[in-house]
Amino acid sequence: MSDTHAQTVAFVRDTMLPEREPPILERGAVKWMRENLFNGIISTALTVLSVLVVAWGVAEIGPWLMRSIWDAESLSGCRQILDGASGACWAVIKDRWHQLMFGFYPPDLYWRPVLTLILLFVALGPILFPWVPRGMIRFSAIYPFLGYFLLWGGSVWFPVSVALGFVAGYAALVAFRSLGTLVSTIAAIIAPILWWLIAAGTLTAVLDSIVPLGLERVDSDEFGGFLISLVIGFTGIGLSLPMGILLALGRQSNMILIKSVCVTFIEFIRGVPLITLLFTAQLLLGYFLPPGTSFDLILRVVIMVTFFAAAYIAEVVRGGLAALPRGQYEAADALGLDYWRAQRLIIMPQALKISIPGIVNTFIGLFKDTTLVVFIGLLDPVGLSNAIRASSDWQGIYWELFIFIGAVFFIFCFGMSRYSMYLERRLQTDHR
Amino acid sequence: MKKSIFLGTLAAAALTAGTAVAQDTLEEVRDRGELNCGVSTGVNGFSAPDANGVWQGFDVAFCRAVAAVVLDDPMAVNFVPTTGQTRFTALTSGEVDLLSRNTTWTFSRDVDLSLTFVGVNYYDGQGFMVDRALGVTSATELDGATVCIQTGTTTELNLADFFRVNNMSYEPVPIETNAEAQQQYLAGACDVYTTDASGLAATRASFENPDDHAILSEIISKEPLGPAVRQGDDHWADLNRWVLNALIAAEELGVTSANLAELAEGTDNPEINRLLGTEGDLGEMLGLDSEWAQRALAVGGNYGEIFANNIGEQTPIGLARGLNAQWTQGGLIYAPPVR
Repeated sequence: MSDTHAQTVAFVRDTMLPEREPPILERGAVKWMRENLFNGIISTALTVLSVLVVAWGVAEIGPWLMRSIWDAESLSGCRQILDGASGACWAVIKDRWHQLMFGFYPPDLYWRPVLTLILLFVALGPILFPWVPRGMIRFSAIYPFLGYFLLWGGSVWFPVSVALGFVAGYAALVAFRSLGTLVSTIAAIIAPILWWLIAAGTLTAVLDSIVPLGLERVDSDEFGGFLISLVIGFTGIGLSLPMGILLALGRQSNMILIKSVCVTFIEFIRGVPLITLLFTAQLLLGYFLPPGTSFDLILRVVIMVTFFAAAYIAEVVRGGLAALPRGQYEAADALGLDYWRAQRLIIMPQALKISIPGIVNTFIGLFKDTTLVVFIGLLDPVGLSNAIRASSDWQGIYWELFIFIGAVFFIFCFGMSRYSMYLERRLQTDHR
Repeated sequence: MKKSIFLGTLAAAALTAGTAVAQDTLEEVRDRGELNCGVSTGVNGFSAPDANGVWQGFDVAFCRAVAAVVLDDPMAVNFVPTTGQTRFTALTSGEVDLLSRNTTWTFSRDVDLSLTFVGVNYYDGQGFMVDRALGVTSATELDGATVCIQTGTTTELNLADFFRVNNMSYEPVPIETNAEAQQQYLAGACDVYTTDASGLAATRASFENPDDHAILSEIISKEPLGPAVRQGDDHWADLNRWVLNALIAAEELGVTSANLAELAEGTDNPEINRLLGTEGDLGEMLGLDSEWAQRALAVGGNYGEIFANNIGEQTPIGLARGLNAQWTQGGLIYAPPVR
């Protein structure tokens, strides 16, 4: 370009314009609101409506929550303090805290369920998170027996001899391995059953007479509140997963007997409501068993809840198995792996990964279903809320108790759901 | 072969079951060292755990009296909470030794369900509660009212009968539980709430302003509540019946927990002496020692004291004795002679 132009074209700019802020409607909060809240007539109307609903809710519940009473002896005490105003009477939670948590568990032994709960998280660590040292898995293996011992007490040798049954099963599995998968599997099932039926009782008695070690016995009828929910929920979760996997595998089996047993079991349990199973556990078993052999009610409920969840898990896992390409099974065969190794190393890791959302869904459902035991007279938190209302002090109190119970259940269920999402992210191996 | 083994096992199990049922319940309880007592999962004043987890109430007091008589320890009771559905099977299957759970004594329960009711400890009946602001003073003025009523109960049938007999119409508001009924009634969904009078009194006691609500004087049904045991063990039934009668007779004779120790040393009244075991051998006839009734009375006092402490007029529930006064006071509570 020549200089002449410089004089003739006066409007050519020789400096950069400073950056200007975008117009007010196209930036920051205003832009976000325009795009997300007021994007058209319907959207605007819905936004206004939602704001009104939220404001109404806050205006209704806010003052009630703001006037929370924590120190009172009874509902009438609360009402006296409130003096006509409406307010939340949380004093009931404070007054009955121990009952809601432990039921009728002896107060001087509260440390036992508390310790069991703390150890539960320790035991869950190596199972749930990869960064926990692997050696801890040994603790997880003995935890079920330790937990039983801590909660129910009695002789320490009883859980020990029950645990030895599993050792017997493993020993049989190893001893008969040379005879083939089927024989060793059968041996591994029969050996512990024989052990429990024949040797376990005597061993407990003998060991107990030599070294009488134990904790004060606490009977099942003293359990209640969240203790019952957690015992039933976590035992059910812990037992139903392996059982469900076995049922799913059995359903895929080529052996007609195993297959038909599994299919019948799954279809029967899935076809019957849980409450029916619980009534069966409570009422019918009482007739079938000879009186005097009082079969622990919590144990009966745990068994029924486990069966129920296992049937559902079996179907969830079957979905995972069905999603695996046939090539995976053939690859396992081509590598010369036997049935259990193929399942353990190739099939299950993939099938379970697919099934995680479904499995956790079943677990959450199971945990919440534990409140159904109220119908067979077990005093879980919901049952206790009725019992608490039946005392003259707290008759007529509803929301506070139900909000509290709901909040505790929410913490556990939300925790499970978050963990499942974390697990899915961690196991994500495909590229996106 | 397998089938015969299976059947054999079944027969053996049934046989052991049969013999176990035939075993004396009293012996069983003594061997166990604990009385299994079926109570409700929570009815205000009748049975409910307190803040320390100790069961309290009118029904509970009877369990404790029996435990004191049999085991010499009123706290040696294992309370089994039962629901309306599970209560009778719990008793007949042997899970509880005694059902003390505001259960109405009816023909079919006595005969068909094989229960033995050992007596009546509370005469209840269906009543009505209304807001005083309505100005209703009698149940016959309830024509056209909306009524909150628990579905599937005998109260529903009683209500229909009562309104038909009196040529009145009503509009039912079906509800499921007592808790729901309270909410509905207070929210004004119905003018009248009807259920057993004791339940009405307990419900009203929990209201913010109980005095705004009136329980009408009409009682439209008979609901005799009493403890029950399994049929087939007459000795155990006798024992329970006479524990109840002893509590009732003690009130009639003026034996209270306060003067029990004094009277137990012997009095001029032969009836009291027989009851408290200083005269005669009534305890032996029951297979007990002579001081059985003293132990029963030492727990919570006589019938009148138990009533007053759990559901009487001094408690928040505030039930008047009414039908449940001694026969000498114009009530129905009447114990056969202790002799």
